[in-house]
Amino acid sequence: MPADPRRDPPAAAPGGGAADTPLIRIRGLSKAYRRGEQVIPVLQGIDLDVRRAEFIALMGPSGSGKSTLLNLVAGIDKPDAGRIEIGGVDIARLGESELADWRAAHVGFVFQFYNLMPVLTAFENVELPLLLTGLSRRQRRAHAGAALEMVGLADRVDHYPNELSGGQQQRVAIARALVTDPTLVVADEPTGDLDRTTGEEVLGLMDELHRELGKTIVMVTHDPKAAARAQRLVHLEKGVLVDEPEAAAPGRR
Amino acid sequence: MRALPLAYVARNLWVRRVTTLLTALGMALVAYVFATVLMMSEGIRAALVATGQPDNVIVLRKGAGAEINSGITRPQAAVLETLPGLARDTGGRPLISKEPVVLNSLPKRGSGKPSNVTLRGTGPAGLALRPQVRLVEGRMFRPGTAEIVAGRATAAGFAGTGLGESLRFAGRDWQVVGLFDAGGTGFDSELWADADVLMQAFRRASYSSVVFRLADPAGFEAARAQIETDPRLTLEAKPETRFYAEQSEALASFIRILGLTLSVIFSIGAVVGATITMFAAVAQRVGEIGTLRALGFRRSAVLAAFLAESLLLALLGGALGLAAASGMQSVRVSTVNFQTFSELAFQFRLTPAIALQTLGFALAMGLVGGFVPAWRAARLRIVDCLRAA
Amino acid sequence: MFVLRLLLKNAFRHRLRTALTVLGLVVAVCAYGLLRTVIDAWYAGAEASSSTRLVTRSAISLTFPLPLSYAERIRGLDGVSGVSWANWFGGIYVTERNFFAQFAVDPASYLALYPEYRLSDAERQAFFRDQQGAVVGRKLAEKFGWKIGDQIPLRGTIYPGTWTFTLRGIYEGAEAGTDEQQMLFHWKRLSEALRQRTGAGSDRVGVFVIGISDPDAAAAISQRVDTQFRNSLAETLTETEKAFQLGFVAMSEAILLAIRAVSGIVIVIIMAVMANTMTMTARERLAEYATLKALGFPGGFVVRLLFGESLLIAGLGGALGIAASFPAVRLVGQLTGTLFPVFRLSPTTLALQVAASVTIGLVAAAWPAWRTSRIGIVNGLRHVG
Repeated sequence: MPADPRRDPPAAAPGGGAADTPLIRIRGLSKAYRRGEQVIPVLQGIDLDVRRAEFIALMGPSGSGKSTLLNLVAGIDKPDAGRIEIGGVDIARLGESELADWRAAHVGFVFQFYNLMPVLTAFENVELPLLLTGLSRRQRRAHAGAALEMVGLADRVDHYPNELSGGQQQRVAIARALVTDPTLVVADEPTGDLDRTTGEEVLGLMDELHRELGKTIVMVTHDPKAAARAQRLVHLEKGVLVDEPEAAAPGRR
Repeated sequence: MRALPLAYVARNLWVRRVTTLLTALGMALVAYVFATVLMMSEGIRAALVATGQPDNVIVLRKGAGAEINSGITRPQAAVLETLPGLARDTGGRPLISKEPVVLNSLPKRGSGKPSNVTLRGTGPAGLALRPQVRLVEGRMFRPGTAEIVAGRATAAGFAGTGLGESLRFAGRDWQVVGLFDAGGTGFDSELWADADVLMQAFRRASYSSVVFRLADPAGFEAARAQIETDPRLTLEAKPETRFYAEQSEALASFIRILGLTLSVIFSIGAVVGATITMFAAVAQRVGEIGTLRALGFRRSAVLAAFLAESLLLALLGGALGLAAASGMQSVRVSTVNFQTFSELAFQFRLTPAIALQTLGFALAMGLVGGFVPAWRAARLRIVDCLRAA
Repeated sequence: MFVLRLLLKNAFRHRLRTALTVLGLVVAVCAYGLLRTVIDAWYAGAEASSSTRLVTRSAISLTFPLPLSYAERIRGLDGVSGVSWANWFGGIYVTERNFFAQFAVDPASYLALYPEYRLSDAERQAFFRDQQGAVVGRKLAEKFGWKIGDQIPLRGTIYPGTWTFTLRGIYEGAEAGTDEQQMLFHWKRLSEALRQRTGAGSDRVGVFVIGISDPDAAAAISQRVDTQFRNSLAETLTETEKAFQLGFVAMSEAILLAIRAVSGIVIVIIMAVMANTMTMTARERLAEYATLKALGFPGGFVVRLLFGESLLIAGLGGALGIAASFPAVRLVGQLTGTLFPVFRLSPTTLALQVAASVTIGLVAAAWPAWRTSRIGIVNGLRHVG
């Protein structure tokens, strides 16, 4: 019988710590948008568990609420109802400043259009999240350098984003996402603006980092190639999780 | 609050160079006007205040306000000479000078337009009482002759007052035999001649003012009381410094008030420019704002970053304006002082206080102009920013 | 018509930016008008001069008096139709802030030379008869709330003591530019009081005012007067009233120059601001303009669009600024009180304000328009504003 991703999460990935309690526990999550008089429900009572070091892909047609769910998990939006427990903390209860601090400590972001600061060099972009920690200048520079090396861009540290190709910019973004050693990496269509080859390279990189660093990755994507890299697929339609006949991603260990 | 690096703020200004420059130019012009006006007012004040010696006392007719309105008769002047406690010069003579002051309408060099120049009758005591005045060319006038010495500013500004030149009035020719430098004070704008010759030439019975120094400066109050309560005299006595300070009041205040009013009005234009620029900056970087907030930077960090950008822009403008204004220090200006009705030459004077005030004014413009856009930037919702990017 | 609608819609696409630009323009154009009005006010005396009046003063300076006896000798000269005299009194009414001009004059001859000071016959006669009397201009009377019969005390600075006058008449200026903030009283009163006090200085006059029948003869008659008194104890300098008034203006030359420069600066400030606005506008619309060009609109069309929008905004701001100038001038006129007897917007100033607005509109769009016309269609379409 195909495993129900909600009730039977797969076995703990290698390198996982307290592998039995899920890292992310979502219960009864609801969100609606108000446009004037109209109230448009986007998410309706979502329950979801994500295990530590799991790499999951959120998929669904446009308007399904997958991006909204991602935003809520990342702590950049607030739900109307429900709980989002990440690492034991219900982030739905946090105030705005606390949420900001929480994101700084726990979340790494990868966006479709890279979202790098055009006026900062690759190095400075990667260093940016470290400014929110208490690290000294020397420590920050060490971490940023290491992150860039990890993504294979040690020779491009002083380039500005407009001097880098799309793939290189996304790699910088990935380095930025990892530099603070976050609990969770959130990716919104990471290959959406890249051609096939470059997309593959970036996905390979994310893959590698998942395996080697054991990061928990939640990714929204349309791209089947990207989805194929994930350990688990979660489908959304009209704001609810739906069962897919083939719940487990094909060919995935 | 963890802040965004200064490099982020500064480079964003550089990246939109044209806009940055145009906005800064607007603020630079306002800062220039602001600084120049203050420098002008300070220059007038400095010229006049420095004219007065701290230990000198000047006596005028009560209520006169200016030397040209004042008249002290010979008998009254004689009474003043008998004041106890007058300081003495090296030769033992009392340091008291009785001076007739008249105005001469002379044509300016260059434009030929006439203006009033102060002609002061004085003597050895008068010179001793004004140590800041030094003869720099030629020689002092000989007593009993129609010779005059001219202040540097007068000689440079008015026809016929240079060394070797002569003026004609009151039925005789007056030869300029020397030039003196009064260190940029009011005397630089005067002509000096022998007091008795002047009185005779203009057929005057009274002096305009009497200046003296007391051996003990603490005795001023007593001397003043004596002068002002004497029934034979209808005079008042003041410390010279206060007298000259009052002489600059009206003109310096007028210029300062006019200038500050103008600066504030002009600053509206510059502030509008700053606001437009910052709104555009925010609009262009909505995606960045969302990303920074997502990364964990607080609203206050976003506010601070945009406010810093506006302030840096203003500082740039302020510095440019100040630099241009400081170039005005080499400009010599001369105008008629309302109170004395005669020409006063002065320079634009830049003091550290004025420089700080100018930069402060510029920063205030940056603050007012940049606040609303920065506030709006900070109020944006993260998801809206990311969606719009 | 289509173009105008297009321009209007474009201008208000970015309402906030356009509104702010218009605000800046209003302030700048209004300030420019105010400054020019201040300069005009300085020249008001010269503007109100009559070409049939000459002023004679001591050749040394205005602060030296002339003997009254000169009057008869001047009266006898060729071309002279009338002579009067006046002394500047320089008194203070209550405080220094209430500054206004006071002259001790020979009433009959003086008023004859100044027909623009309109007095009713009754008031005129009352003034002539009362040596303690005085007449004041309408604006002055309004400012201090004086009525006929009031006692007006002045504290003398040149002539010490307190002098009280009875208000016998209030004159109205015949023209808009006539000074209605003056006070005139009897010279005889001054002279007699001085004779009693000191015996000296009782027949001294500040200036002589001379009426001439032929304005073209002004220079010749001036010469004639001065020649009369050359080599005497009190040599004279005679000039047209306008030249005399301009002499006062010249004294504040430096200040006037500064104000002129500053009024130019305010225009440059707003030019920079508006150039900034238009540059941003052009940059944002680059793709649109390239599309228009691709569709076949000639390059010049796009340039004209930019200039059109710039002129529209500048015109709007300028019009509002000019409208705001009227109450602003009224307000400042009230605030400066007696400092400027005449303070009003001249037609020249209004014309210059319009010219300034147009210039700002043109200059602001110049560089962006040039840049836009140069960009190729392909580059423009590619440009993400």
